[in-house]
Amino acid sequence: MFQALANPQRFMDFSRWAAPILGIIAVILVAMGLWLTFTVPEDYQQGDTVRIMFIHVPAAYMAMFCYACLGGASFMGLVFRHSLADAAGRACAPLGAGFTFLALVTGSLWGRPMWGTWWVWDARMTSVLVLLLLYIGYMALQAAIDDEVKAARAASILALVGLINLPIIKFSVDWWNTLHQPASVFRAGGPTMPPDYLWPLALMAIGYMALFGSLWMVRVRSEVWRKRANGLALQAAG
Amino acid sequence: MNGFWVMLRREMAMAWGRGGGPLLALTFFVATATLLPLAVGASPARLAAVAPGSAWLALALASLLSLERLFERDYEDGTLDLLALGPVPLEAVAFAKGLAQWLTNGAPLALAAPVVAVALGADLRLVPLIFISALIGGLGLAFTGGIGAALSLGSKRGGVLIAVLVLPLFAPPVIFGAGAIEAFAGGLDWHPALGLLSAYGLAAAALGPFAMAAACRNALS
Repeated sequence: MFQALANPQRFMDFSRWAAPILGIIAVILVAMGLWLTFTVPEDYQQGDTVRIMFIHVPAAYMAMFCYACLGGASFMGLVFRHSLADAAGRACAPLGAGFTFLALVTGSLWGRPMWGTWWVWDARMTSVLVLLLLYIGYMALQAAIDDEVKAARAASILALVGLINLPIIKFSVDWWNTLHQPASVFRAGGPTMPPDYLWPLALMAIGYMALFGSLWMVRVRSEVWRKRANGLALQAAG
Repeated sequence: MNGFWVMLRREMAMAWGRGGGPLLALTFFVATATLLPLAVGASPARLAAVAPGSAWLALALASLLSLERLFERDYEDGTLDLLALGPVPLEAVAFAKGLAQWLTNGAPLALAAPVVAVALGADLRLVPLIFISALIGGLGLAFTGGIGAALSLGSKRGGVLIAVLVLPLFAPPVIFGAGAIEAFAGGLDWHPALGLLSAYGLAAAALGPFAMAAACRNALS
């Protein structure tokens, strides 16, 4: 599938239909998920605030999934020197940063009523914050180099360095956290999740995924168009 | 191998010779530490609690300083082009640069770290561990930082960009370095933290040059 889609023209033909279809699927799934989010019975411990979970948890999951996609695109871009892979990496980063930001903000809003504070330096939150910084670094590097091909390649190297470092950062932050505050109190969430909660969570997760896929394709398409427009402008000028 | 030693000697000479060498980083280190009591208050109890950690924070910031010139200088005057064509692989050149950065920048900072920490009120028993952890941690900071320096070649805003790229990657060494000191101060076993810190430094020294060389080739292409 990758090989077939590596041809820009074939990708454009495919994504022309796939992007809107995925977008519609995303809207339906997220709408159903949101409806369930507001209708499920409230948690016996957390009350209404449990509804934040259905926005928050899938976003946190997407934050990591997007980085994996970014790493994959960067690897392809470096190894096969394919312009579409470069465009895919470039298009992926702001989406991933957006999901990461959403996860942090909703987590903070959830933390206020639950833990009584907007932010704690808990292992997970800290490593997600570092993840956001990695995304921002990727975008900053991409923006700081004028030559597009060089910018894409430098950013790809950074993405791979980050990919190797992410597990180390995660481990070190976990380790740091256990050193500071063993037996986190925040884990008193309750028993395993009832199906009432599992359904909206799954719908939202798949919906986010479809949304990401759709937006990703739209962004790659606009990259391809931008490059074509640049080419035409050069032709007209020269 | 001979070429590598020549490179290392050259890098050391450049790092010592230009612009005051490590003195600038040392001054920055001390200046950052000076601001700490001004910011959090001079009460000895409060300062002593944060002294080792602050020393590590200042260390991480100070090690950023000379990174900007690590590759930029050679890139601007064309030396890097020649090095890329020369018989010594670019990976070895990058390794020599990282090593020189560690020896001329990390090592002096490691010597200053215990002094700064004690001045801030850290216990005297901590001095050897602060020195050792700063020295070992400096290896990781130098090579991770070198990746950022090589990646930002040819960009318009070197210094700030390097800091943005590199500071998130500094999280593990800071955690392990400050963690070892804190564990020792708290009477806990500090060996695992120091071991992990060494592992991070060695892994950075082993893998970093490949990323640096790839980034240099990309900037030169």
